[in-house]
Amino acid sequence: MDTFGIWVAAFLTLGIISFLYRDNPWYKVCESIFVGISAGYWFVTLFYDNILGLFWRGVTSPDPHYMLLVGAVLGFMMLLRLVPPIGWISRWPLAFVVGATAGLYIINYFSSNVMLQVQSTLAPLFSTKFGQPIFEASLYDTIGNLVIAGGTFTGLVYFFFSKEHKGVFGGAARIGIWTIMITFGASFGYTVMSRMSLLIGRMEFIFGDWLRLIR
Amino acid sequence: MKQDLLLFGALIVIVAMIFLLVPKPIVFSTTVSYLIIGLILLALIFIFIRTINGHFVGRRIVFLFVGIAVVLPFFMKIHQPIRVSPEVQTVYDSTAQLKPGSKVLVSFDYDPASAPELQPMAESYFRLCLEHDLKIIIMGLWPQGPQQAELALQIALADSSIVKKKLERGIDYVDLGFQTGNEFVIQRMGTDFRTMFPRDTRGIPYDSIPLLRDVRNFSNIDYSFNLSAGYPGTVEWIQVAVDRYGLKLGAGNTGVQATGMYPYLRAGQLKGLLGGLSGAAEFERATGKEGTATFYMLPQSFSHVIVIAFILIGNAAFFLGEKNKARKEQK
Repeated sequence: MDTFGIWVAAFLTLGIISFLYRDNPWYKVCESIFVGISAGYWFVTLFYDNILGLFWRGVTSPDPHYMLLVGAVLGFMMLLRLVPPIGWISRWPLAFVVGATAGLYIINYFSSNVMLQVQSTLAPLFSTKFGQPIFEASLYDTIGNLVIAGGTFTGLVYFFFSKEHKGVFGGAARIGIWTIMITFGASFGYTVMSRMSLLIGRMEFIFGDWLRLIR
Repeated sequence: MKQDLLLFGALIVIVAMIFLLVPKPIVFSTTVSYLIIGLILLALIFIFIRTINGHFVGRRIVFLFVGIAVVLPFFMKIHQPIRVSPEVQTVYDSTAQLKPGSKVLVSFDYDPASAPELQPMAESYFRLCLEHDLKIIIMGLWPQGPQQAELALQIALADSSIVKKKLERGIDYVDLGFQTGNEFVIQRMGTDFRTMFPRDTRGIPYDSIPLLRDVRNFSNIDYSFNLSAGYPGTVEWIQVAVDRYGLKLGAGNTGVQATGMYPYLRAGQLKGLLGGLSGAAEFERATGKEGTATFYMLPQSFSHVIVIAFILIGNAAFFLGEKNKARKEQK
C-alpha cells in the first residue's frame, strides 16, 4: 500500500511540476484532483469537528450548552443566502461576524502591533536598557539600536508627503526608501529560501522515496 | 497534445531506465562533486557572456538550472558549516532549561505543503522535549496540523534514547487535534482549554486524560512552541496568548513569514524563533542531532547561488537592453 501511495504521489508531483514546461492535460488532472480533495477534506473535517464534535455533542451532553444554539441559528441564517427571496437575512450573521472580528482585531493589533512595537523602538542608543550606564551595550547592540532608530525615523519621513522631499528632508526620505528596499530584499531572500525548501522537499521525495537514488 | 503524449512517454522510459539500470544509491566522491560545481559555474559564465552579447536565455533554462542545483547536491559529500543564531539558541535554551515534567504546548498551524521547512523543526523539537522529560500537549489551528504532529511524534518516539523511556500517550504526551475558529480558539483557551478541546484525537474526554488533569488554561503551560505557515499562526498566538494571557512562546516559521516575526522577537513577545529551513538546520545543530534540515542545506545553498547568478544575469540583460535601445534611438 505504501508503494502504491508513493507512486500516486510521484505521478501527482510530476504532473504539477510539468506546468513548468507548459500547461498540459496531465497538470490539469492533478490540479483538479488537488482542488477536489481539498474541498472534500475541509467539508468532512469541519462537519466532524464543528457540527458533530462541538455543536451536537455540546447540546446533547448531560450538561448541555444551549448557547451553542445561538451560533447554530446564526450559521443557518448565513445559509439563507442560497434562497434569494429571503437572502437578506444572511446579512445579520454576517454583521455579527464582522462586528466581533473587528472588535477583537482592534484590541489585538493596537496592543501587540502598535503599543508594544513603539515601546521596543524607543530604546537607548548606547545602553542595553533605560537606566543602565551609557556605552554599556556591546558594539553589535549599539549598531543595531542606531539602525533601528535611524531606519524607523527615515522610513516615517519617506511617508510624510506634506513637505516636498528636497534638501535634508529629501536626503532623509532617500535613506528611508533605501531602508524599506533593504527590508523588502530581506523578505524576498527568505521567500526564495522558503520556495526552494518546498522544491527540495519534493525532489527528495522523487529521487529518494520514489526512485531510491539518495542514501 | 501529440507532443505532450510524446514527452509523457519519454518520461516513463527515463523512469524505467533509472529503476532498471542505475545503481542505487548514488553517491558522488568529493572530487566529482567539485567537478560538477565547476561545470555548473562554467555554464553560468557561458550564459552570462551570451547574455551580454544579446542572446537572452529562456525561462526553461532557468528552471533547468534550478532543478540541477537542487537535485545534484543530494548525491554530494560536502560538509557545510552551520552556525546557531541567538534566536534559535533561545528556543533551545527556553525548552532545555525547563524542569522535567513541565508542560509544553505545541501548536501545529501548517499543512503538508509547508512540511519540508517545518517538519524537521517539529521532529527536533519533540525529540528535545522527550529527552528532557517534558510533557507535550499537541493541538492545531490548521486541519492537517495534528496529522503532521503525529508523523513527527512517531519519528521522535522511535529515537533510541527515547524508546527506553517507554512513554505513554495521555501521560507523557497528548494530541488534542484540530479546532476551527482561528484566534477565537486561542481566546477561549485563555480561560478554559476544555471548551475548545472536549476530547483528544482518540475520543477520550479531556478530564479522563492524566496529563491534562491540572491543565486548565495558559497559566498551567510552562512554554509554548508554535509551528506556523500563515494565518492563523504565530501572529495570532502573540496577539492573544502572549500579550493577553502572558504565555511564553517560541516559534518556528516558514521563510516567507520569518522576517515579519523579528519585530516581535525584538520586543520580547517571542522567546526564540526558527526561520525557515536554515532555522531548522540551526536547531538541529543546537540539539546536536543532525537530521533532514541539515541534509537539505546543501541543495538550499546551491539553489541560492543559482538564483543570485540569474539575478546578476537578468540585470546584465536589462541594462544591456537599455543601452542598446538608447543606441538605436541615437541612430
